[in-house]
Amino acid sequence: MNEIKNKEMVGRGTREGAALFRDWFQDLTDKAEKGETAAYVFVMGSIAEILRVFDLPMVFPEIHSLQTAVRHVADDYLNVAEDYGYSPDICGYVKADFAMQMQNGKHPMGQIPKPGIAVLTNACNTYLKWGEIWERIYEIPMVSIDVPATREAGTRTWPGDKQFEREKKYVKTQLKELIEICEKMTGKKFDIDKLREILGHVNTMSTGWKRVMELNQSRPSLFNALTDGTVYLGMSNVFRGTPEGAEFFTKLVEEMEYMSANGIGTLTDEKYRLSFIGVPCYPIFRRFNEMFTEWGGAFVMSTYLWFASGGTNLGVQYDLDDPMDSLAEGVLISVRDAMDSMFHPELTVLDKTYDYNIDGVVYHPIKSCRTTSAGMADNRRALMERSDLPSLFIESDMMDSRVVGEAQMKNRIDAFFEGLASRKAKEAIGA
Amino acid sequence: MALSAGVDVGSTQTKAVIINEGLEIVGRSLIDTGANVVQAAEKAYLNALNDSGRREEEVAYVIGTGYGRYKVTFGDTQVTEISCHGRGAVHMFPDTRTVLDMGGQDTKAIAVSETGEIVDFCMNDKCAAGTGRFLGAASMALDIPLDELGSTALKSEKPVKISTTCTVFAESEVLSWLGKGKKIEDILLGVHKSISSRSISLLRRVGLNQQITFTGGVAKNIGMVEVLNENIGKELNVSNESHFMGALGAALFAMDHIKTSRIPAGGQA
Repeated sequence: MNEIKNKEMVGRGTREGAALFRDWFQDLTDKAEKGETAAYVFVMGSIAEILRVFDLPMVFPEIHSLQTAVRHVADDYLNVAEDYGYSPDICGYVKADFAMQMQNGKHPMGQIPKPGIAVLTNACNTYLKWGEIWERIYEIPMVSIDVPATREAGTRTWPGDKQFEREKKYVKTQLKELIEICEKMTGKKFDIDKLREILGHVNTMSTGWKRVMELNQSRPSLFNALTDGTVYLGMSNVFRGTPEGAEFFTKLVEEMEYMSANGIGTLTDEKYRLSFIGVPCYPIFRRFNEMFTEWGGAFVMSTYLWFASGGTNLGVQYDLDDPMDSLAEGVLISVRDAMDSMFHPELTVLDKTYDYNIDGVVYHPIKSCRTTSAGMADNRRALMERSDLPSLFIESDMMDSRVVGEAQMKNRIDAFFEGLASRKAKEAIGA
Repeated sequence: MALSAGVDVGSTQTKAVIINEGLEIVGRSLIDTGANVVQAAEKAYLNALNDSGRREEEVAYVIGTGYGRYKVTFGDTQVTEISCHGRGAVHMFPDTRTVLDMGGQDTKAIAVSETGEIVDFCMNDKCAAGTGRFLGAASMALDIPLDELGSTALKSEKPVKISTTCTVFAESEVLSWLGKGKKIEDILLGVHKSISSRSISLLRRVGLNQQITFTGGVAKNIGMVEVLNENIGKELNVSNESHFMGALGAALFAMDHIKTSRIPAGGQA
């Protein structure tokens, strides 16, 4: 009986998430084939809540770009973009997307529709330039939502603070402008009740997402934050504000609670619990993780799940009685947290080290994304000054296999684990 | 009395060391790695055994290290050269807290504890800039044997400034300085200074702590040792066995295994 139940429950989230993702790509392909357009949005502040009111299908260029790396065809796209004159040094996601646009949306999972509108925030400094490419190619509106960030570590303001309220008003005004543009574009009137319904689904998803991450404090860990976590992350972005998304996270909490209650872990022999800082190495996505699991290392948390979910990991709940004000507040808190998770990861990692029983931290700066990688070396130094947590610093890329050296990576990873093993052995004998 | 062995299969050369239970080196060998890595590991090991005058049956445990460590097919286990260089350096110079290992394609700065365990490490990135290979390129361009590079460089009075550390571009930069009429020794000292600068930047990242031990094949280059000493402002430890430090560390780990396995469960040896 238990075996049957285990088979049904364990891994359900990744199985169902993958199936929903395939459906989403199929839906995009159908739309592309009919010549329909989509709203192009980003993971750090998609503003899906408003776009869904107008039934605008959404394309996440970061996701369709990273899929080319996971499917080992990214180099073909990068080469096309570089042939056009894009530098090898700039964001691989931008280049893969540009190459896709030049090939009528051709993608290994189907076809990507052309953009009808682009919506972005300032969470990534490349978003603006990326949006301008579509603006120029397709002559579409590009709406940029400027979200005030934390000025320096430890100075965040909260609802009720004068500065926060001023900033919320600023964000709310911009959201209203987006609504006006969507009304003009679609010919539909903004429906506040529909927004309420969408916000309700987001609330369920946010509660579930936060709970799933908290449940990974279990020993052994319930999911691998780098591999399984990336599937959940995709769901949190793509299905934000939908009944499917709400159901997915409700069921995912069930799965994690079941695993936790039955002592089922992601690894059969979990020896080291690790925290990951950065963006995954998609060109060798599975292999990268295996180099850690071979040593019994499990990623129990990852800053990627925080910033690339646009800060929705905080579990912010919208007030359905005051949807617009609450949406502005949620966007401000969440997108701001996404930015903070990139720039001050050590603060949250240190805060959670005890609860998650972290044995070590892995920093993974990537060549073609300076937004997430600049400052990581300094950040690691700050972490080392504040704690004696062992850390590893390995550099590769999220898209470009030309700068991914597996042998060199493995050498560093092995040395890191040799150090961890020696440290554990000493702790065991009380040395 | 059992023996242990360490076989360090590097990108350029393969080194093997045999030690006894007194942790003394009783045999060593060094050969070019070449294309057949498995064969190189075996040959280096057998040469070291031959050098020791002992029998293969006396070697109770063998550890492979270096990039080709998984190709030491006759070995019992593998340990990275990062851990092995740390262990070897602390064995030779117990007050070592930082190790600079300069090999054929890697330069590593390693912070170690008093027992030789790795505290932190930092390596050159995806290219061979600032490594031994850079000296190899200069040696080819100037037609001077590798083992004469250091002594030639030290004759310089006016070193040139080498702007590239890219190994591929080194040759063209060296040739361009020759074209400008610069002396060979001035170009060579410039090359040494350029590599030294890259290495010190790695060392700073792990901390220039107390005693620094210089290991790897390039530690045999007297010019590099002198330039590093001058730029760091302190004298680096350099052992005659610097080239064998990785293999020695592996042999020491192997000896740990031999001694630990003799301890009965719950008791003392």
